[in-house]
Amino acid sequence: MSTLTGTTRFERNPATREEKWVKWTLLTLSLSFFILFLILPLVSVFFEALRRGWEVYLLSITEETALAAIRLTLLIAFISVPLNLVFGVSAAWLIAKHDFRGKQLLTTFIDLPFSISPVIVGLMYVLIFGANGWFGAWLLEHNIRIIFAVPGIVLATIFVTFPFVARELIPLMQAQGRDEEEAAIVLGANGWQTFWYVTLPNIKWGLLYGVILSNARAMGEFGAVSVVSGKIRGQTNTMPLHVEILYNEYNFAAAFAVASLLAMLALFTLIIKTWVEHRASHPAAAHLLPPEINPLSIQKSTT
Amino acid sequence: MSIEVRNIHKRFGDFVALNDISLNFEAGQLVALLGPSGCGKTTLLRIIAGLEQADSGLVTLEGEDASDASVRERQVGFVFQHYALFKHMTVFDNVAFGMRMKPRAQRPSKQQIKDKVHELLNLVQLDWLADRYPSQLSGGQRQRIALARALAVEPRVLLLDEPFGALDAKVRKELRRWLRKLHDELHITSIFVTHDQEEALEVADKVVLMDHGRVEQVGTPEEVYNHPATPFVYSFLGSVNLFHGRVEEDGLRVGSHAVPHAQDNFTQGSEVFAFVRPHELQIITDAGQSQGVAAKVTRVLSFGVSARVELEGLEKDSHTTNDQHFEVELTQAQVSELALVAGQIVRLVPSKLKLFDRPGYVPADSASIRGLNASSDKVIGKVL
Amino acid sequence: MALSQSFDLNIRKRKPGRHHSVLPGFNLALGYTLVYLSLIVLVPIAAVFIRTAELSFAEFWEIVTAPRVVASYKLSFGASLIAAAINAVFGLMLAWVLVRYSFPGKRIVDALVDLPFALPTAVAGIALTALYARNGWIGQYVEGVLGIKIAFAPAGVLVALVFIGLPFVVRTVQPILEDLETELEEAAASLGARRWQTFRYVLLPILLPALLTGFALAFARAVGEYGSVIFIAGNIPLVSEITPLIIITKLEQYDYVGATAVAVVMLVFSFVLLLLINFLQAWSSRSIGGSR
Repeated sequence: MSTLTGTTRFERNPATREEKWVKWTLLTLSLSFFILFLILPLVSVFFEALRRGWEVYLLSITEETALAAIRLTLLIAFISVPLNLVFGVSAAWLIAKHDFRGKQLLTTFIDLPFSISPVIVGLMYVLIFGANGWFGAWLLEHNIRIIFAVPGIVLATIFVTFPFVARELIPLMQAQGRDEEEAAIVLGANGWQTFWYVTLPNIKWGLLYGVILSNARAMGEFGAVSVVSGKIRGQTNTMPLHVEILYNEYNFAAAFAVASLLAMLALFTLIIKTWVEHRASHPAAAHLLPPEINPLSIQKSTT
Repeated sequence: MSIEVRNIHKRFGDFVALNDISLNFEAGQLVALLGPSGCGKTTLLRIIAGLEQADSGLVTLEGEDASDASVRERQVGFVFQHYALFKHMTVFDNVAFGMRMKPRAQRPSKQQIKDKVHELLNLVQLDWLADRYPSQLSGGQRQRIALARALAVEPRVLLLDEPFGALDAKVRKELRRWLRKLHDELHITSIFVTHDQEEALEVADKVVLMDHGRVEQVGTPEEVYNHPATPFVYSFLGSVNLFHGRVEEDGLRVGSHAVPHAQDNFTQGSEVFAFVRPHELQIITDAGQSQGVAAKVTRVLSFGVSARVELEGLEKDSHTTNDQHFEVELTQAQVSELALVAGQIVRLVPSKLKLFDRPGYVPADSASIRGLNASSDKVIGKVL
Repeated sequence: MALSQSFDLNIRKRKPGRHHSVLPGFNLALGYTLVYLSLIVLVPIAAVFIRTAELSFAEFWEIVTAPRVVASYKLSFGASLIAAAINAVFGLMLAWVLVRYSFPGKRIVDALVDLPFALPTAVAGIALTALYARNGWIGQYVEGVLGIKIAFAPAGVLVALVFIGLPFVVRTVQPILEDLETELEEAAASLGARRWQTFRYVLLPILLPALLTGFALAFARAVGEYGSVIFIAGNIPLVSEITPLIIITKLEQYDYVGATAVAVVMLVFSFVLLLLINFLQAWSSRSIGGSR
């Protein structure tokens, strides 16, 4: 966008540039908004985390229940992300590389989890697997715990991260078309070979970003998980839930210390995203937007 | 309204788009800016419109310096290659746009706007499309609407940037005749940019030939076609065969061959480009003939009014090390008389040669020759 | 429409050979996708509706129109609307600035716009609370000097919802703005339009579908938001209690039926909004597509 001369093509064109005062007003307003709503909250996380010094900080994140929460969070992500990865690739292959009726409906269904409140997601699993749920009695009889246990947390996490990989891949794979795959088939490759040697190299960056985004959401999910977890310290307490417990106990420094780890995860995610955008050679940066808001995705899937 | 540009320079980074351009556009004329892509013609048009700023130089509209005036203030009508119609507005609203944007005091009344729009739509013969949206129109219709829209603000000049560039060949031909007719009715000073020599020669009162940010020649279509001033113009307009040679006593030496020439204002030993139009080459099948350049017939195309013979030189061009390609235009009668077959060796003798100095043995990959060869390659096969 | 489409889907499942692609993997991908989708998404959603069917309509209506619940709708929907509107204005501005101007740190700003997507909501919640509480960096001025209470009041809900909705408008408008041909603005200028006229009559109509899509997405996200809001809201019944919190509260009191009834109201609303968003996106892509 910006060039060597330090101006955009819009600023150099007399028909597309504004007067100086308009430009500066817009810059000031939008950047003030940006700092107020994005930068300050981010900075305050680290500031509050270190308010009582490094020792308290390190203690807060190495203390036993905090470590248990970190371990559980990693476990949850380790289970849910690969499952959604396989689903995402399969759904994207289906929608981008095949024509069939009902495709639009399928695309809409894949989007559903984005529009459902996380609290309701938790509720759904309680209704199915909870003590009073459909399978409640049966599960109790066989001594299987899903709600207020790790399986429930995994299910809720899978639900909320369900569309990320698919949504990232669909527009990317659609933009790439089918020519290369068809050429591979004509040259005698089988389905797996075609996918492995032709499709995958083309989508690897988008796939990476989808996985990273999915991972960030899996580790950070709060609403859905808080309904099904039961928040038993050391057992069913994920990092975001641990933050809440510490905060409600007025242990602010510790709460922000654990929160700062999650904030670093978020920053790491954004760095990967920027790097992937840089790497991706395809021109339309829109394909790398978080899938839930990508206006191109719906458009392409209808064609 | 007359337009004058003086000493216009424009660079984009290291690329010199316009190098000291000075031109005069007389009032009421339709002028074509003609040249290959990248020659600077569009940049010049945009500078005249105020859509681009020159690094230095003057733009004068009707004797007034307009160099610092904004696009709005210049009151020019601009027609874009891709129409740039506002697709969320109907055809009517598109045409009315300029009038509606005027300050309240100058704005025509609703009825006046309506009348004016219909008048213009009638002028471009598309009044029946007033309620349609641009997406419902064909390319040719869109461009006519774009023209009507530009005319609605009663511009002092009409600037058209490759106006027919996005249209298919048939519509193009139709539209350019129509544009000429329209200009004859309105007599508004118009400049249009094109890379299509046929279009420029057919439509314009005057043609400005440009290459590499410079003006090569200005003149009427007849002048520039019949009396090309530079090698570039010669090769850009119409098909042409090019020889690299040296002027010697017995004629022009091309490789190991000699060809006669009639221009005697060249000193002996000077290196020249020699241009021959396809119809100015004779084919001699007599093996005993020593004059002319030897060539091998590769294809004979005998359809249409005249026939074309494609040949390959027997010697590589010493300057470009490319195979030499020739094209000869003959009548059908001549072709059947000669009874040429592919592979046959013949000699080519020009009946008319146009020589240009080849200054200082310019190496083959230098800019000027590269441009020349590229354009002559392109031109071969395109017969006016 | 949905019914007939799902019917088609079933037909397709029985005759998969008729799909139009020579590429393999259709049956496997379709089977796997549908099974996974059904188990993870569709069956749980159905559970909510089936559970509600146990209630008579009168019972259902009583639960979902109880004063405390209605107050929560007003807050959730009202604050979400206002937050989405704020995001529409500033999001458009931010997208404009990111596309049109060069300024130091632009790449960082561009990357950080997505922070609300990546930052866990609980972290955002406690950070915003710390900022806007009476002793916080911002709160000490706004509350201490101006006397406007933000944290632990409805205004706090608004602040949190603005935060989480911020990227939506920017990221829907930005690509459209980037792809916009400058020719349109050049044409408008050559026809005598002033800059703001060009914006108002040429650019805004083109950006409108994307702007509305971003608005609707931010709105939909805000209505269901839980994590970032509960810390800053104060959660005072009838005053600063959002609808998702009502569901949680009912669940904690083992009032599954009540929680489910309120959830149905929200779900139906979400689906309507999803349809609207799909429609807006189709409109948006049509108006982009037409410009080529």
